[in-house]
Amino acid sequence: MSQEAHTNNGHADAHEEHHHHEETFISKYVFSMDHKMISKQFLVTGIIMGVLGMILSMIFRVQLAWPNTDMSFLKPILGGWISDTGKMDPSFYMSLVTLHGTIMVFFVLTAGLSGTFSNLLIPLQVGARDMASPFLNMLSYWFFFMSSVVLFISLFISSGPAAAGWTIYPPLSALPKAMPGSGLGMTLWLVSMILFVGSALMGGMNYIVTVLNMRTKGMSMTRLPLTIWAFFLTAVLGLLSFPVLLGGCLLLLFDRSFGTMFYLSDIPAELTGGIERVGGSPILFQHLFWFLGHPEVYIILLPALGLTSEIIATNSRKPIFGYRAMIMSLLAIAFLSFIVWGHHMFITGMNPFLGSVFVLATLIIAVPSAIKVFNYLATLWRGNIRLTPAMMFAIGLVSFFISGGLTGLYLGNAALDINLHDTYFVVAHFHIVMGTAAIFGMIAGIYHWFPKMYRRRMNDKLGSLHFWLTIISAYGVFFPMHFMGLAGVPRRYYSFTLMNEWHVWDNLNIFITCAGLLGAIAQVVFLYNFFNSIRNGRKTEQNPWGSTTLEWTAPIEHFHGNWYGEIPTVYRWPYDYSVPGASQDFIPQDVPHDGEGEAASPHSPISSESKTLDKGGILHFTMPKFLSKLFGTLTRA
Amino acid sequence: MSESVALNPNSAWNGGKSPFGVSYGKLMMWVFLLSDAFTFSSLLVTYGCNRYLSGGSEIKWPHPDKVFNHFPFLHGMDLPLVFVSMMTFILIFSSVTMVLAVEAGARKHRNDVAFYMFLTIIGGIAFLSCQAWEWSQFITGSHEGSSFLVDGQKIHGANLFLNEYGPAAFAGLFFIVTGFHGFHVLSGVVLNVIIYVNVIKGTYDKRGHYEMIEKVGLYWHFVDLVWVFVFTFFYLI
Repeated sequence: MSQEAHTNNGHADAHEEHHHHEETFISKYVFSMDHKMISKQFLVTGIIMGVLGMILSMIFRVQLAWPNTDMSFLKPILGGWISDTGKMDPSFYMSLVTLHGTIMVFFVLTAGLSGTFSNLLIPLQVGARDMASPFLNMLSYWFFFMSSVVLFISLFISSGPAAAGWTIYPPLSALPKAMPGSGLGMTLWLVSMILFVGSALMGGMNYIVTVLNMRTKGMSMTRLPLTIWAFFLTAVLGLLSFPVLLGGCLLLLFDRSFGTMFYLSDIPAELTGGIERVGGSPILFQHLFWFLGHPEVYIILLPALGLTSEIIATNSRKPIFGYRAMIMSLLAIAFLSFIVWGHHMFITGMNPFLGSVFVLATLIIAVPSAIKVFNYLATLWRGNIRLTPAMMFAIGLVSFFISGGLTGLYLGNAALDINLHDTYFVVAHFHIVMGTAAIFGMIAGIYHWFPKMYRRRMNDKLGSLHFWLTIISAYGVFFPMHFMGLAGVPRRYYSFTLMNEWHVWDNLNIFITCAGLLGAIAQVVFLYNFFNSIRNGRKTEQNPWGSTTLEWTAPIEHFHGNWYGEIPTVYRWPYDYSVPGASQDFIPQDVPHDGEGEAASPHSPISSESKTLDKGGILHFTMPKFLSKLFGTLTRA
Repeated sequence: MSESVALNPNSAWNGGKSPFGVSYGKLMMWVFLLSDAFTFSSLLVTYGCNRYLSGGSEIKWPHPDKVFNHFPFLHGMDLPLVFVSMMTFILIFSSVTMVLAVEAGARKHRNDVAFYMFLTIIGGIAFLSCQAWEWSQFITGSHEGSSFLVDGQKIHGANLFLNEYGPAAFAGLFFIVTGFHGFHVLSGVVLNVIIYVNVIKGTYDKRGHYEMIEKVGLYWHFVDLVWVFVFTFFYLI
């Protein structure tokens, strides 16, 4: 089979050239057009931004826990933002939460997660030699890089970085004189975001077209691994929602710098430098922002769910339960995510009827989400579970997806939202369901595909340590916040010293901060493990986890083009684990059917003789017998 | 379950080829245009919102017939929307020549492609020049001017925060939306010039196909289509 047959376009010729020309340092490591290198670039940049975001959160958590303490010890880092009396500048606190949110949402969990794994896995799992357009792919990374640099620079300007919250509502963000962070810092934020949107669009176009056009022979849409479905829909979401943010940011930039008044209403002349601003609507910005903002939640979450599907099936040695239901629920979530943005704006004076429409749409999302959760649990059920670090983090994601999803039912309700909006309940909800859950998915992905990326293994023991410390600290941080939120403690406050009622939370705030610091220490373990394993990790075999998907059929060594000779042809779906009668407990997708009746069926009993792979002394265990009996009884009833 | 069962041999989705029978580049252009449509939508939604909000204000939304009634060299005559209609005609006509260029490309007739691409470029430049004149008219304003300021000062013409004809939002939106569209036309002209040079150099004859013309053609038609919406919003309703 010729390459042209695969790609069916002029692009194949471009690849031939790549195979022959000598790569320089610049073309291999800097302006690389190889999707595997670009994915590593995204990952490392994402990790660096993640560390930055985490440090910012640690600083404001210290402020919240000990508001009256002398913080002079932070002077070496924060300089003038700590006053001579050792107090943190309140407007800098706002900058900290703003940048923490921006960095985590966009730079870590959008670019760092989707950028890394879409780039790595789409060509490898659909069986393509690279992305559709390697050049755009390279450009996508460098736009992301520039965007990160612009945001990073805004930390060092005298008026401070943007401080209007990561949602940058006008008028706070539209009037440069509103607060220190509304000045140059806000402009840099907008410039950074416009670059980011450019990066997301170029990446997204590539992902969509690669999945649609460049699947290898036999790889029909219903033989795609669920990771690819998730990345594909993520890219569609990004492609349709980021342009709206672009439009919104453009208009905001004009309001700020050129005197228009799209978002400004009833602003007196002295605040704007001469002309009274009337006629605009700050609510309009919220609509434009959340039209991106809500799909953005799923842009973050879907890739994590996709990675989890793959990891859970592989490490349970079972076909994923309800493959088509998983695809349908991804599609349903993707569609619904576009019609629920109003639930972020229940208290903006929205017509209650419109609010109820948004409530209905929001609560319907619980259905596909629950389908996914139950499918994960059913996949785990009676599986030969191998608790690799990746598997533990994937199960952690399911745990957070459940506990965070449940509070979503409260917040999706317009009436309850009157009480709960802008409280710590919201903070707890979204940190658990999209923050922690997605970061768990990302970390699970890193552990699982590290051998593919760096040809070495990460340390499993450190991985376990990392997992347990992280899950304990994450629940320690966010679980208590629910109670604060239910009691009405508002978010984004610099300190809780003004009202006597708030002093009951003093100890809890200290507890949360301590749990957060524990989480930070846990990430140091991860960073050590990650960077140390790149150089010193154990060498991996080609298919360390016994996976069925195509990326593990590619040679261990990296070269542009992924496979020697022909690209493998696909003969089966990606979840042929523990097929009765098969010689090993997994059958890769490129193995033809031999007519021996080894067709996979998720409903067929799993043969107890089926061999399991035991590589690297990974702990095995099966669900306790009585639990499986109980479940069996329940399902029969 | 059906997952492992043999594929339907008649399906276009079995992998190994494009399900739509198009190259990745053309598909990417479609995907990009879809995305760009959302950018324009966000701007036009803003238009709708601002216009709706201005309903309660004393300053009425201007009537386009009264604002855009000028024509070059016909000073003092009331010619509502004549000039912008001409602009629209030019842009749509450039889409026609683009279609002819694509058709010539399918025939692999280099001279015809070059000829029609040239006409398309001329059309694009003509449109941009008209837009420049339109903007300058709008910015300069009328002799009489009007006073919407609190202190009764006369305003002539419009800029991003003052507007002789009505709410400042009208002017701001006019500049942003037609400006953003003009930027698209400009990008299109630049792309067309690059393609034109390639056609002259015979790049596509060497490549064996003129698909690049089709891709740029898609973009050009899209920009044209968007103008129809922009025209409707700002000039007709």
